[in-house]
Amino acid sequence: MEFNYLKKNLKKDFTGLKKIKVSLLSDTASQLLVQAIRGYGYEYAYDLDIFEADFNQIDRQIMDYTSELYEHKADITIIFESSHKLLNKFNKLPADQKKYYAENHIEHLDMLIKTLSAKLKTKIIYLNLAEINDTVYGNYANKLNNSFVFQQRKFNYLLMEKAAITPELFICDLSAIQNLYGKKQLFSPSIYINTEMVLSIDILPKVAHGILSIIAAMNGRMNKCIILDLDNTTWGGIIGDDGIENIQVGTLGIGKAFTELQYWVKSLQQRGIIIAVCSKNTESVAKEPFEKHPDMVLRLEDIAVFVANWENKADNIRQIQSILNIGFDSMVFLDDNPFERNIVRDNIPGICVPELPQDPAEYLQYLYSLNLFETIAVSNEDAERTKLYQTESKRVIQQQKFTNEDDFLKDLNMLSIVEPFNKFNTPRVAQLSQRSNQFNLRTVRYTDADIEALATAEDFHTFSFTLEDKFGDNGLICVIILKKENDTTLFIDTWFMSCRVLKRGMENFVLNTIANFAKENGFSIVKGEYIPTAKNEMVKDHYKNLGFEESGNFWTLNATDYKNKKCFINKK
Amino acid sequence: MLLIIKIKNVSSIKNNNMTKEDILQQVNEVFIDVLDNEDININNETTAEDIEEWDSLSHIQLVVAIEKHFKVRFTSSEIQSWKNVGEMVDCIQVKAA
Repeated sequence: MEFNYLKKNLKKDFTGLKKIKVSLLSDTASQLLVQAIRGYGYEYAYDLDIFEADFNQIDRQIMDYTSELYEHKADITIIFESSHKLLNKFNKLPADQKKYYAENHIEHLDMLIKTLSAKLKTKIIYLNLAEINDTVYGNYANKLNNSFVFQQRKFNYLLMEKAAITPELFICDLSAIQNLYGKKQLFSPSIYINTEMVLSIDILPKVAHGILSIIAAMNGRMNKCIILDLDNTTWGGIIGDDGIENIQVGTLGIGKAFTELQYWVKSLQQRGIIIAVCSKNTESVAKEPFEKHPDMVLRLEDIAVFVANWENKADNIRQIQSILNIGFDSMVFLDDNPFERNIVRDNIPGICVPELPQDPAEYLQYLYSLNLFETIAVSNEDAERTKLYQTESKRVIQQQKFTNEDDFLKDLNMLSIVEPFNKFNTPRVAQLSQRSNQFNLRTVRYTDADIEALATAEDFHTFSFTLEDKFGDNGLICVIILKKENDTTLFIDTWFMSCRVLKRGMENFVLNTIANFAKENGFSIVKGEYIPTAKNEMVKDHYKNLGFEESGNFWTLNATDYKNKKCFINKK
Repeated sequence: MLLIIKIKNVSSIKNNNMTKEDILQQVNEVFIDVLDNEDININNETTAEDIEEWDSLSHIQLVVAIEKHFKVRFTSSEIQSWKNVGEMVDCIQVKAA
């Protein structure tokens, strides 16, 4: 996407798009970067309301609690310090101070972040340094802790360490963008000298994309699943024609290209991305390499849903979606065949279909460049996800054996652990808060830091729910945050649930828990609210179905004479 | 007739016989695209004062777009030195030759 295209977006109609408040602090001229970010926001259907501080005002804006920064109250604050400005500062230091530069600057940044966070609930996106090699010491700089090269890399490293322990701090990896496109594309000396801008026009869209993918992830938009075609995508050749001994994977032909792609997919799977297969093949033939080929990296147990038949791919992807129960807009479909790609693109709105290069050798490098799997949290459960979906397929089969729904549910032997937020479940609670879009009544997003604060906040009561059954453990799948509104009323600030436990009676179990808590603590009214979004239509009648009564924009339930609803889940 | 066609071909390949009018017309196209305004009609005397969208920010965009279009690179001093479109066109003509 070109900068001029993004700039033209600024003239388009932003009404109805999701409003997000952003502040941008930079030590260089940032007007065009702001245009690129807002223009790119349009592509994500965001109306970004951006406050841009005058340049070189980072410290002043943050240190002065009466500044425009605090007036704007942004959800997200972007801080962009350039390696050029830092080099200028570095060069002015006395010789004996240079070796402390990275540490001192991190400390300064830490102070700024603490000052900012103390006053404003904002997430911070910091752009790390796009390296300058000033060659003052040549390659020897790598051995010398008072060289700029050394201090600059150390700063980027310390920044990662800082981000790892600072939940509200996120890094936009400008250094990686420079790695990909090169200094020559990132930086234009004549523009810098003329305007104080350190980013070239051509790189602005890439940087804006980097920032927007983080903002989108913060708002629950991220890819959760990758669907693979097999022939000439996962391996070279056509399994039905060439046979298992002739497909290219491992050392045969250009097999290395496919092996490395498979390792990448496997790493995604291990970090929680669901892998599905959608192939035009006879199922047994398609599965054979996964079972028998010694050089295959991906195995059947890595695949959550395996669909191989001769139906059209759009229908097959709809079937995969119905098992996984995630939005089409969180799926990526890889296929070498432009025809199949177009069919899927035309028939499945929202799905991401990368335009794979013709040469399989280029696949991986191209996929890297797209940064398809941005996230803002990971948890241990991610790695278990494939197993969860595989057991879900088993459950679907089991359910078909029972004609009576109750008998089926009883037979599952469901158990739930109900606990308040604690340091063990915080990461998962925060993650679910970011990712739940459909079964989410008010869609208020909470980060790790928010969850920690809520756990101890007065007037707030928190509940997390797990669910296990005879087929396996679903882990933590539902979160409730209750807020004391007054002596009689308890407000359901948050109710979200993972869609993979729908139709198990979890809603009833959760409501029983809420109502009993209310009763035991002297509240007579439980109040709920549904805030519609583009994605949570599914729970529009949630409170109505649970017996709440409509009162204005809210729903209320009399807790005093509440009788437990039927459910087959027991407390563990 | 044949001879004329030949000469024309040579000139378009070498790109070195562009008249100032040719350049001005192409620069105008770049202005229309970058500034997103179909009504722009520049001449040699046009300055930033005359076109609303032409400010210091869009100037940089124009410079980059013109560099790309004519496959030339301007020096930092050149970028600052032009007083009107005509001087920019002169500069392009010298560089593109």
